[in-house]
Amino acid sequence: MTPAKTPPAKTLVLMVLLVILSSAGNLFFSVGMKHIGPLQGWSMDVLQSAFAAVFASTWIWLGIISMLLFLAAFMLILSWADFSYVLPATAFMYAVIPLLAHFVLGEKVTGRHWIGIVLISVGVMFVGQTPSNTTKKD
Amino acid sequence: MRTAVALAILVLTGSGGDISVAYAMKRLGEIRSFSPAVILRFLGRAFREAWMWIGILQLALAFGALLALLSWNAVSFVIPAAALSYVTGAFGGKYFLGEQLTPLRWAGVCLVSAGVALVCLG
Repeated sequence: MTPAKTPPAKTLVLMVLLVILSSAGNLFFSVGMKHIGPLQGWSMDVLQSAFAAVFASTWIWLGIISMLLFLAAFMLILSWADFSYVLPATAFMYAVIPLLAHFVLGEKVTGRHWIGIVLISVGVMFVGQTPSNTTKKD
Repeated sequence: MRTAVALAILVLTGSGGDISVAYAMKRLGEIRSFSPAVILRFLGRAFREAWMWIGILQLALAFGALLALLSWNAVSFVIPAAALSYVTGAFGGKYFLGEQLTPLRWAGVCLVSAGVALVCLG
């Protein structure tokens, strides 16, 4: 079995980028949709004006750009790192989002949220202790 | 019944899509330079891989299943249930990509999956 060692700097940088971009993307979408407000029905007129409002929103475009950059970073890191190593790290977003929502949007963080955040953090730490690439031949 | 079927489609095609994308990227080999021109060329090559499009198709199916589930059920049920895909993704990594999953990595994956479910239950 491959011995555990510190992952390369590029792996760490891209993992941090993945978490920042996915958290920021979701936060931007959330802020954008809160500004737009809930759909007032399902008629074509309502849907058309909702689409227009969505694509006129700077927040939504910031979200789209963040998610496109996330996709690019995800593809790049998968060219060398294990999928089962990268996937749990991307879940760290679920720990970051409630914290951002709490401190930036003033949303409430419940006890169950805190337990979940701790479990995700410990889980990501466990995965981080394993080798980032177990399939490399050279 | 329809919820169970849609959930199975979401988890299986979501993981299958990610694994197909991972397989496509592995076929290209490790990117060595991070200049913008090299990155753009590399990503362009990725989109010429058949597995990339097989992955995108599966992810589109997963997205459709997610939308259907959200229209039938509360988000507080759908997202925690979908957290199962961290476990199926790890199985896919082991059996389709040949990755070695140590007990420590399995423990981490299971903790993350449980944590995501708890956070989404709120």
